[in-house]
Amino acid sequence: MSELVFFFNQVVIAGAVLGSVYALGAIGVTLIFGILRFAHFAHGDMMTMGAFVAFILAVGAGALGIQTPIATGFIVLPLAMVIAAVLALGIDKGFYAPLRRRGARPVTLLIASIGVTLMIQGLLRLFFGTGTYSFFDTQPKTIFRIDTSAIGSTRPLVVTEPQIMLILLTIVVVVALHFFLTRSRLGKAMRAMADNPDLAQVSGINTQLVVRVTWIIAGSLACAAGTMLALDVTLKPDLAFNILLPIFAAAIVGGLGQAYGAIAGGFLIGFAETLAVFNWTLVLRPLRDVLPEWLELPNNLALVPTEYKLTVAFVILVITLLVRPTGIFKGAST
Amino acid sequence: MAVIELKHVVGGYGGAPILNGVDMSIEKSDIGVIVGPNGAGKSTTLKAIFGLLQVTGGSIVFDGEDITNAQPDRLVPLGLSFVPQEKNVFTTMSVEENLEMGAFVRRDDFSQTMQWVYHMFPVLAEKRRQPAGELSGGQRQMVAMGRALMSNPKLLMLDEPSAGLSPRYVIEIFETIVNVNKEGVGILMVEQNARQALAFASRGFVLANGQNRFTGTGAELIADPEVARSFLGG
Repeated sequence: MSELVFFFNQVVIAGAVLGSVYALGAIGVTLIFGILRFAHFAHGDMMTMGAFVAFILAVGAGALGIQTPIATGFIVLPLAMVIAAVLALGIDKGFYAPLRRRGARPVTLLIASIGVTLMIQGLLRLFFGTGTYSFFDTQPKTIFRIDTSAIGSTRPLVVTEPQIMLILLTIVVVVALHFFLTRSRLGKAMRAMADNPDLAQVSGINTQLVVRVTWIIAGSLACAAGTMLALDVTLKPDLAFNILLPIFAAAIVGGLGQAYGAIAGGFLIGFAETLAVFNWTLVLRPLRDVLPEWLELPNNLALVPTEYKLTVAFVILVITLLVRPTGIFKGAST
Repeated sequence: MAVIELKHVVGGYGGAPILNGVDMSIEKSDIGVIVGPNGAGKSTTLKAIFGLLQVTGGSIVFDGEDITNAQPDRLVPLGLSFVPQEKNVFTTMSVEENLEMGAFVRRDDFSQTMQWVYHMFPVLAEKRRQPAGELSGGQRQMVAMGRALMSNPKLLMLDEPSAGLSPRYVIEIFETIVNVNKEGVGILMVEQNARQALAFASRGFVLANGQNRFTGTGAELIADPEVARSFLGG
């Protein structure tokens, strides 16, 4: 049973954590694509920027001597999300809105977003350097080790506080997003604009307002995803730029413009990555005695070496584009 | 008082003007029908009224208010609705959600209006939960009209409502338009089925080269031998 617990730790928990981060990022990417019709390249760095906002707030709260029962990073997250939403609105107003007014094509906006990416990266390095930071310098990171001897395992089930919070937050976000898109006036207007922007305009829908709401959702979720990722690992200026590819892969695999598709795609890529780098030898070891002699288990039986984890997302993306270019949920064709 | 009045409207998409001075006046009790050859500026006239292209000359007054070059998000609350010819439903959204989007500008309770729309189009009540993209062409046209009626318009503008429909549906759509008009909504529509539409029009406009050629009641235009010969196919 130890092997099963090991599998659970390495694949189920790790996959759910990675999937949650990808899903939260991909929701923003897919909503922006649905409403504004361009691939928002700066999304990874909006996640990193959000994480740094949360970090500053957490450090500030610590300096003021505020003690919190759970890690300060979680407590300041709602405020950080608000600030990140305002920053996202500012980025749109400063860089993308003027281009839209001039009737720029989507590819122009895409290139502008690459510029925004470079600017955010530069600013973060200017103020924070290239080093890594931890939310847990002054506070301990709670790690839960659940005894599994009841099912005959010698290994504990290991899950950290940030991992639990991240998975809970993702569930809350998914449910809230579902109700927003299917029940609220503005959420429906967002779907209408993604479906048919001309008809949305003709219906008198305030398209400017819908665009603002899109940035608020995308910016705040990017901040949540970035902060949670930084809480789980460490905070550094290239935190989320490195996972931009799997996030885009998740959005495209799910169907661009489809919020539910982004969630499904996020978890699909997350689990695929953890399964691909999982070392199957450790699970298959109990079978050693029954296996024929010529079949010796190698020490490492992973499909992909850990360093090449990112290629998994790339392979899934290529296969999707070849087999079903509109993605699982029939989004816009790329 | 006229619900809408166009005075010598000139406009286009930025290049050479397509409308070269269109005059039009419609009462709230009217059904106005615009006919004319292809490229005469029929649909362009509706789009000019709805702020979807640049009006460079003349004026458009709606219900006593100057709306020249005003945008839809201002026009819909004033009581002006538009049903485009193509892509006029939200295909991924249910019939009921389509109707709700038509009421986006309203902050009051629109359940009465929705009941009224379902009363006008009973088939939509049956299909309220179905995505509009799954409906037939005729039913989509009803969704599109229903959506436009949800804002409680004073004037409903329709761009070729019968395009692509089977003859049975053409009659049904025309009957519905007459019924909507009887409920107190002014109608201004562009039609290819010119003779059929002029038969129930109280105001008819024949456009050619972006200008009025003939104006009169529907019956007068049908009876006019020159209109019949040049524009109604003999």
